[in-house]
Amino acid sequence: MNLEILDYAFMQRALLAAVLVGITAPAVGIYLVQRRQALMGDGIGHVAMTGVGLGFLLSWSPVWMATAVSVLGAVLMELIRWYGKTRGDIALAMLFYGGMAGGVMLINLAPGGSNANLSSYLFGSLSTVSESDVTAICLLAAFVLVVTLGLRRQLFAVSQDEEFARVTGLPVRALNLLTAVTAAVTVTVAMRVVGLLLVSALMVVPVAAAQQLSRSFAATFAIAVAIGVSVTLGGTVTSYYQDVPPGATIVLLAIGAFILLTALAAPLARRRARAATQAAAREAGDPAECAIPATHAPVGKAGV
Amino acid sequence: MKADQLGEPVISLREVTAELGSRPVLRGIDLTVHGGEVVALLGANGSGKSTAVRTIIGQVPVTGGEIELFGTPRRRFRDWARVGYVPQRTTAAGGVPATVTEVVSSGRLSRARFGILRRADRQAVHEAIELVGMADRAKDSVNALSGGQHQRVLIARALASRPELLIMDEPMAGVDLASQEVLAATLREQVSQGTSVLLVLHELGPLEPLIDRAVVLRDGCVLHDGPPPQAVGQHALPGHDHVHPHAAHDAEPIRTGLLS
Repeated sequence: MNLEILDYAFMQRALLAAVLVGITAPAVGIYLVQRRQALMGDGIGHVAMTGVGLGFLLSWSPVWMATAVSVLGAVLMELIRWYGKTRGDIALAMLFYGGMAGGVMLINLAPGGSNANLSSYLFGSLSTVSESDVTAICLLAAFVLVVTLGLRRQLFAVSQDEEFARVTGLPVRALNLLTAVTAAVTVTVAMRVVGLLLVSALMVVPVAAAQQLSRSFAATFAIAVAIGVSVTLGGTVTSYYQDVPPGATIVLLAIGAFILLTALAAPLARRRARAATQAAAREAGDPAECAIPATHAPVGKAGV
Repeated sequence: MKADQLGEPVISLREVTAELGSRPVLRGIDLTVHGGEVVALLGANGSGKSTAVRTIIGQVPVTGGEIELFGTPRRRFRDWARVGYVPQRTTAAGGVPATVTEVVSSGRLSRARFGILRRADRQAVHEAIELVGMADRAKDSVNALSGGQHQRVLIARALASRPELLIMDEPMAGVDLASQEVLAATLREQVSQGTSVLLVLHELGPLEPLIDRAVVLRDGCVLHDGPPPQAVGQHALPGHDHVHPHAAHDAEPIRTGLLS
């Protein structure tokens, strides 16, 4: 097997970044999906653009500036969620599109800047992952992993049922803020590899794919991270050999994984449903219940 | 339960007022639950029963009056492991699959330091699941359960911390007959061990024999506080079927989430 891909320093950096993105994005995404805020990552991605623009304008590291601005944006979103009354969604829309417009504007104001600079941040780029980017990505990824694994029971409880979590004495608001901040940090971790516009896909799609097979939260988490790492590595390598954009390749691979697992899961789900109906029938001991699968069976066969 | 046997108040509301939006929902409620007592909070839709319960747990802010839990003002109350709460839900599921054990384990966090579950915690979770008769489904996804089984899981979650006080918001809503019996039996056992209970109910139903006292609300005021009202007329007939339009079976759990 030809491993020349590993001879290039920029590819080593890109592959390391890809693995970290593959782990962290689904690790945070699972809590967002659990609390039915799957699109939050997308919103943070928009806000992060202002940070990138600001980084260019002030000649500071765009990764760290994007981190600062998207964390601020995420905190603002949480505050709108607490205090916002009926028009919270409008306020959020303002934040998202304001962030995007701010990014485009700032980068054009930057000396020698144009939207061409922005496009590597929007869609991801392997060759531009610098030494200092890798350091930043490693530090931020470590933070994300400590939070998502170390506080998994607390985050699970808050994301499953906020009202109940309050009565177990958990600091619900602090945990919500932490989730938002962690999601914002993950967006900037993933920004260099998949790009800001596609970052949310890597938070959501592996989790959705994993759900097709799993029954427990723990298994969903593990499978989602495995899918995440597989598609980011696969996408990065494909991008190197075929000269296609990495972000798009990674997201398309993730959606491919989702479709594959959905197809595989259909027979599994049918078997589980049958077992569940039998268990329910046993428990209820109600003959009327037993008749239901019998009437459904021919319909299922006709479809095959 | 006789008056001279009553323990210390575990819940005490004095002149509590609360608003939702700018609409007053509670207009000065007095409510006390003593140790070992089972109190039902009754009333029509919109009478403020659920809001009253949600002020007790701090989900709805009060605009006036005082709330005490176990003799401590609610703001300073930290001993949440003594309280088990069953919110008004039609499902125990979230956006990601989770097993019965995983959901019930959340209820043990109030007793677990730093969210680390030790052997004793796992044992308590297992026992709570057994209490509601779900031990054979412990490893199943809650998505695969019936409405009544969801409610049993929610109650097991509240029992996992072995609370001294149970607060339940309509635990019988949308629950099949078999599950109703399991729930009534579970509650009977808890009460016999001295657990105090505050129940929001639409009707007394199968829990009637357990209830020491009923508090009836109307328009955010206490209308009646005393022995459970006797069902009269058509309502007293066996098999009388109540239909509650508010209990939509397909209702999503209440979310205040972003983009949801």
